[in-house]
Amino acid sequence: MADHHEHHAPTGWRRWLLSTNHKDIGSLYLWFSFAMFLVGGLLAMVIRAELMYPGMQVVDPDFFNQMTTTHGLIMVFGAVMPAFVGLANWMIPLMIGAPDMALPRMNNWSFWILPFAFAILIGSVLMSAFGPGNPPAPNFGWTFYAPLSTTYGPASTDFFILSVHLMGISSIMGAINVIVTVMNMRAPGMTMMKMPLFVWTWLITAFLLIAVMPVLAGAVTMMLTDRHFGTSFFDAAGGGDPVLFQHIFWFFGHPEVYIMILPAFGVVSAIIPTFARKPLFGYASMVYATASIALLSFVVWAHHMFTVGMPLAGMLFFMYMTMLISVPTGVKVFNWVATMWRGSLTFELPMKWAIAFVILFTIGGLSGLMLSITPVDFQYHDSYFVVAHFHYVLVSGAVFSMFAAVYYWLPKWTGVMYDKFWGEVHFWSSLISVNLLFFPMHFVGLAGMPRRYADYALQFADYNWWITIGAFWFGISQLFLLWVLIKACFLKKGEKATDEVWEGADGLEWTVPSPAPFHTFDTPPVVK
Amino acid sequence: MQSTLFHRAATLLTTLMLSGVAAADWTERSDLNLRPGVTAVSQDVYNLHMIILGIVTLIGILVFALIMWSVFAHRKEKNPVPAKFHENVVLEVVWTVIPFFILIGMAIPATRVLINMEDTGDSELTVKVTGSQWRWHYEYLAYEDDNDINVGFFSDLATPPEVWQRPILSGGLFPVGSYQERVGEERVPLTRDNEDVFNYMIEVDNPLVIPAGQKVRFLITADDVIHSFWVPDFGWKKDAIPGFVNEAWTLVPEDQAGRTFRGQCAELCGRLHAFMPIEVKVKSQEDFAEWLAEQQAAAADGPDMTPFASIEEAMEMGKPIYDRACAMCHGAQGQGQGMFPSFQQSALMMDADRQQENIDILLRGRGAMPAFRAQLSPKEIAAVITYQRNAFGNETGDLIQPDDVQN
Repeated sequence: MADHHEHHAPTGWRRWLLSTNHKDIGSLYLWFSFAMFLVGGLLAMVIRAELMYPGMQVVDPDFFNQMTTTHGLIMVFGAVMPAFVGLANWMIPLMIGAPDMALPRMNNWSFWILPFAFAILIGSVLMSAFGPGNPPAPNFGWTFYAPLSTTYGPASTDFFILSVHLMGISSIMGAINVIVTVMNMRAPGMTMMKMPLFVWTWLITAFLLIAVMPVLAGAVTMMLTDRHFGTSFFDAAGGGDPVLFQHIFWFFGHPEVYIMILPAFGVVSAIIPTFARKPLFGYASMVYATASIALLSFVVWAHHMFTVGMPLAGMLFFMYMTMLISVPTGVKVFNWVATMWRGSLTFELPMKWAIAFVILFTIGGLSGLMLSITPVDFQYHDSYFVVAHFHYVLVSGAVFSMFAAVYYWLPKWTGVMYDKFWGEVHFWSSLISVNLLFFPMHFVGLAGMPRRYADYALQFADYNWWITIGAFWFGISQLFLLWVLIKACFLKKGEKATDEVWEGADGLEWTVPSPAPFHTFDTPPVVK
Repeated sequence: MQSTLFHRAATLLTTLMLSGVAAADWTERSDLNLRPGVTAVSQDVYNLHMIILGIVTLIGILVFALIMWSVFAHRKEKNPVPAKFHENVVLEVVWTVIPFFILIGMAIPATRVLINMEDTGDSELTVKVTGSQWRWHYEYLAYEDDNDINVGFFSDLATPPEVWQRPILSGGLFPVGSYQERVGEERVPLTRDNEDVFNYMIEVDNPLVIPAGQKVRFLITADDVIHSFWVPDFGWKKDAIPGFVNEAWTLVPEDQAGRTFRGQCAELCGRLHAFMPIEVKVKSQEDFAEWLAEQQAAAADGPDMTPFASIEEAMEMGKPIYDRACAMCHGAQGQGQGMFPSFQQSALMMDADRQQENIDILLRGRGAMPAFRAQLSPKEIAAVITYQRNAFGNETGDLIQPDDVQN
């Protein structure tokens, strides 16, 4: 089909380094994020190995803190965010009938910044583990509260600041690209309210990114000047305010958590209708709910800081606003259930992951509602209950939705069906272990175990042993996914996929051949 | 090893099924749910928690039941022709409005409890709590009509390092002695049935003491980085922030006199974040007044400035202080670690002209090194410096006397 205008696309390493093709860049993003997922997971294994038994057995408490810090940073900025950007790169042009992203050279740059950003961050971990004198890597938590990260931060904090700046530049450029593409390159006839929900959620996510990544950049720049240029933004001794840091950080941080979950909502809203063979229930209300969640995300940031000593009126405001978020989130969950209702359901792997997402994300959402209640949050705050909450929404939420997306679109990307046996093993193994890993964290958290603890009192010992077993099990389970991906992407082994792939699939991406050719929609399709 | 999978599974099941039958002390330390605590506030918080847990559990069960029903009843084999509906205005309005009313139902009691928690007025005892890396400092400011109490002390983890440092690997990541040094050492088993470690990681040398039946106001702040003061049985935690003074309060009922409550630092504060617990002893008002008078009398005597007769005497006093206050960063053998300098044959230790600098660093701190002038007496500082300059193969023969340590 595309033979009549052959492009002189570079081959070998130049194909990837110089790529301006949205599919190749999407693949780069996806493989990069998977690599970071495994690296971040490895750091989590160090954390869990240390916490398996009471007492310090494996690493020094400071190295433990370096592990919690870099695990969080790598998972948030290296695994989840680039995974969704990769998905956006691959799928948005295919879903809206565009030939490529609007700004292909910027697309190349925004990807190729990332390996450098993470080389800097991971380099500081390698220096700490193997370098002479073991200079500590960032050890102040992924939230890097001042003054622990400023006056008391290790030398590697400056590498961390540079790394965060690079990640921010990459994210902002990726977001600009998504907005420009969606606004300008939709196929004729595709009005905004006809866009697939994944495109909608990414469009809103992109606005969130542009709004808050500069705030993060501001925070780390203020840290840099506090550390080296004599300013006192966050130093009370110089008239500054350590709590200001937390306000700035969470003004970025709360929209950031929706940046990580809104595209997941889009993925699940694509998958459930396909396997229910029924259109998405309440499309318009899904769009409005997504927009409401995004708007509310700017007025709830201080619920991360109820214990800093805010005025009563402030606490009440942030409590009410936070509780309010459960309304649009609830609407989404009810819409997914209603989409399944009286459908004609089959349970291929993408659907299994999507249903697991809805159930486990709901558990995380409900514990989030508990956390919004300020007086009780005084007890929950900074305990393992919080760790359980955000891993339910981020791992069995965002990450599970990525798995769902990979199984759903992999046949379109590679032209072959995934290995069903190892895919099933991956699903069931992950599903059981993720709950063994994160559910008992609710218990130890309520019972009083603070988070980021390298060692703990003995009443927490039994559950921590189980959590560690769950963690190792979940970690090993991801190697099954690695095999499924290698087999489909590199060995090209497996049942040949049709163009439509799934019986109930609907959308422009299923009208192009499998695997999707290098160039698609050179002539825009017409959407009725 | 007792921790086989089977053993753990049996323990878990037993804990879940017979949690009321286990040893009496451990039932007080639930590992499953929030602690009801001992104050009226903590009971309010617990009740609020249980109500909201009940509501979200019901919502969860409802949603999951619908999903599961759909999964079984609407599968393709049973329902080959899917329905076509994709909206229903009434339904959508209902499931937007009903949650809104549920939220209002939650918000009303939450607001009431919160307003009560924030009211720190009418307190009878005021204690200033200062977090620092990695210990708590308690200062008694006012009790009943006495506004000039002048009693204060530091509170350190009492679990000794040799109990919690149990490296299975040697090398840079865990620079506490080498594996070879520790082979053959009998380690204390860290299990629930070992009574020696019953309060592992939640015991301190000098607990905070408060009276029962009187409202205690805490003024919470920090010296260096942010910490957080959390005693779960009081029902709240409050951040200790350098440059800020936060307020919180508790009122332990009179019938709870004689009990001890334990808590931990809840905000990441550096390397030994997990190693600065809180222990609160509640005394009856008579016992408390007596205890406070004793403390005041001891404080009025002023610091002991009698000189050391010999290096040996100073070193004997200095070693336990070093092990408690210095070894966590600088190593039990003074070997240092990462950003924490070594003392072994270091220029600062070996150079006799730098004694005063050594004293100044201890008194006033430097960079990440905290100031110790408030935590150690001049005699203790003299002892620990003498120890540093003569232990770890330094053997300089320097003897520092309490009078050399001038603030």
